[in-house]
Amino acid sequence: MRRIISVLLENESGALSRVIGLFAQRGYNIETLTVAPTDDDTLSRLTLTTIASDEQSEQIIKQLNKLIEVVRLVDLTDGEYVERELMLIKVKATGSQRAEVKRTSDIFRGQIVDVSAANYTIQLTGTSRKLDAFVNAISEFTVTEVVRSGVSGLSRGEKALAL
Amino acid sequence: MLSGADILIRSLQEENVEHVFGYPGGAVLHIYDALFKQNRINHFLVRHEQAATHMADGYARATGRAGCVLVTSGPGATNAITGIATAYMDSIPMVVISGQVQSHLIGTDSFQETDMIGISRPIVKHSFMIKAATEIPSAVKKAFYIATSGRPGPVVIDIPKDITNPSDLVPYEYPKDLKMRSYMPATKGHSGQIKKAVNMIMAAQRPMIYAGGGVIQGNGCEKLVELTRTLGFPITNTLMGLGAYPGTDKQFLGMLGMHGTLEANNAMHHCDLLLAIGARFDDRITNTVSKFCPQAKIIHVDVDPASISKTVIADVPIVGPVEWVLSEMIDIVGQVIDQRARGHAEMLASWWEQIEVWRSQNCLEVKTDTTGAIIKPQQVIQALYKFTKGDAVVTSDVGQHQMFAALYYPFDKPRKWINSGGLGTMGFGLPSAMGVQIAFPEEQVVCVTGEGSIQMNIQELSTCAQYGLPIKIINLNNRALGMVKQWQDMQYEGRHSHSYMESLPNFVALVEAYGHVGKQVTNIDELDSAMEEALAIKDKLVFLDVLVDPEEHVYPMHVAPDGSMRDMWLSKGVRT
Ligand SMILES: Cc1ncc(C[n+]2csc(CCOP(=O)(O)OP(=O)(O)O)c2C)c(N)n1
Ligand SMILES: [Mg+2]
Repeated sequence: MRRIISVLLENESGALSRVIGLFAQRGYNIETLTVAPTDDDTLSRLTLTTIASDEQSEQIIKQLNKLIEVVRLVDLTDGEYVERELMLIKVKATGSQRAEVKRTSDIFRGQIVDVSAANYTIQLTGTSRKLDAFVNAISEFTVTEVVRSGVSGLSRGEKALAL
Repeated sequence: MLSGADILIRSLQEENVEHVFGYPGGAVLHIYDALFKQNRINHFLVRHEQAATHMADGYARATGRAGCVLVTSGPGATNAITGIATAYMDSIPMVVISGQVQSHLIGTDSFQETDMIGISRPIVKHSFMIKAATEIPSAVKKAFYIATSGRPGPVVIDIPKDITNPSDLVPYEYPKDLKMRSYMPATKGHSGQIKKAVNMIMAAQRPMIYAGGGVIQGNGCEKLVELTRTLGFPITNTLMGLGAYPGTDKQFLGMLGMHGTLEANNAMHHCDLLLAIGARFDDRITNTVSKFCPQAKIIHVDVDPASISKTVIADVPIVGPVEWVLSEMIDIVGQVIDQRARGHAEMLASWWEQIEVWRSQNCLEVKTDTTGAIIKPQQVIQALYKFTKGDAVVTSDVGQHQMFAALYYPFDKPRKWINSGGLGTMGFGLPSAMGVQIAFPEEQVVCVTGEGSIQMNIQELSTCAQYGLPIKIINLNNRALGMVKQWQDMQYEGRHSHSYMESLPNFVALVEAYGHVGKQVTNIDELDSAMEEALAIKDKLVFLDVLVDPEEHVYPMHVAPDGSMRDMWLSKGVRT
């Protein structure tokens, strides 16, 4: 099952490498990873997605909790949550394709953020599945570049991962 | 105002560090100079940094306090790695201070630069990279706290040379208390879970207690004995847990696992309730996990939540310090023991009857040589036991000799059996014995080794000479990497690929060259007297080179792959 694990980490050098090292060392996989400081500059927030069985994800969470710099963490997929990912995608668009690419982008509520004579760069946010669907839909055109931010997420409602 | 080097030494003094085990080099010269100018901390100069870590480790295992190591950057740091990994695998508290190249040179592949934080990351509990001298006190305080609390483990502090510069003075203050919002090891167990566990314990028909090194690390041995005696249950200890429960007690079934006794492994396999305490269901215990304890409900007590349900799912997990949890259990058991269900005593008695049948097979009986000359390795351990009255601190290396020591030298007290169980580090025996002897100068400290293992850190005989450490080294010399050879006999049709020790040194001459006493024993008739004499020499290191039967195997031994715990080889070609 796909898990979204969100971690509050001491904003110290070396902390991130411990998290990544843990995954490599114990043979857990990382599908996506994003990390940035939070409103509290002593903390950074790291979100990662992984594919793991129940037992595996229990171990992952326990092992993450053992890292001294991990302050608190949550498996968002344990409850209701919102997730978003950002994608920038550069597509070749010339002649009649320009209109078609634009239309496909509009259907997915994409925004064209850069235009050149032969290319559109489209920005899209949504769940990873939505981004996958867009990549799929646009693949009839020539895609030159794709960059995705990795998943960020928050629990729905009152629940919060905070100190 | 003090320099970083002085601050480091002062901080170590604040932590009541008595001994530092180390080796100097460029990046730690300022620190060594600061050491020179004080006299509260002793420094022991090893001959190889690996030995410094094992000495600190032996000191820590024997005392329960953190061992402290000081090494230089680059090769000094990398040489320490094996010892750090050894401590990590057995959850031993240790603080390793490594020098680093000057801050401005980091990342430039400068002379003797190595990324110590990176290299050690998977084998430390935590590590600190120091960026300013003012950070040293809090890093040292945290390092000792982290190393010794919760599930203990090694901590590395990496200090660039410029930070210890004697001409850069900064204010010094040692923090009184310590706040870490992200590290709060469990201080109690969950009472509800403990009650639930006790209910199951009281209802069990074929209970079994399985206790590991965590009981020793967590200072829970007295409580373990009290609980076990109150309940009247059978108990086994892991290789790491030997001594947690008295080895000569009737309720003790011996060690379990790959080379465990018939009775311990069988009782594990057939029990209907397993109380696991400070043990981690290692693959050397369980044999095939899917066949492990097929009828048992499992209660698992451990201070490390990640150890619980990692390989074997626990029915009742209890996270907490073993000492605390055991005390709580004893209280609750005390309240209900008299109301034990009628018939329970009979059930327990019939379980014991079954166990006695297994025990009566006497799986550790030694088949002595019929010609009456060849020394069996087990006989050496028995002689050692006899002449130390079972009261020595015994360290070991890794191989057959380690298993013979574990099986034939019952330990009645904790912290008397010192060995590398998790990593299985050959070369651990001698330096760890040195650490123990330094901690307890009056104790009889014996290193049981093999001619393979001893050569992995034999240079430390020189350190022993320098500090006058009167260790007794018992070399079970089978002229082979015996454990490897045994596996080759059993699984590779006797093809002994590189398991012979050719061109062995003349050990007696070698130890004499270092200024110690050496003696070779070749005949069983000389064994007792040689052992007695060696142990009687109180002020010198004695090396007893005992030529033992090179054909001997360690039994029992789990049948693998696909075997359960009760599937064992009992002697060559004979299995359960
Ligand atoms: C550093 C290291 N290298 C290799 C091994 C693998 N190994 C385990 S036991 C053993 C043989 C040990 O030989 P010896 O010390 O003579 O002990 P014996 O088994 O003969 O009693 C070896 C090579 C190990 N445990 N540690
Ligand atoms: Mg040998």
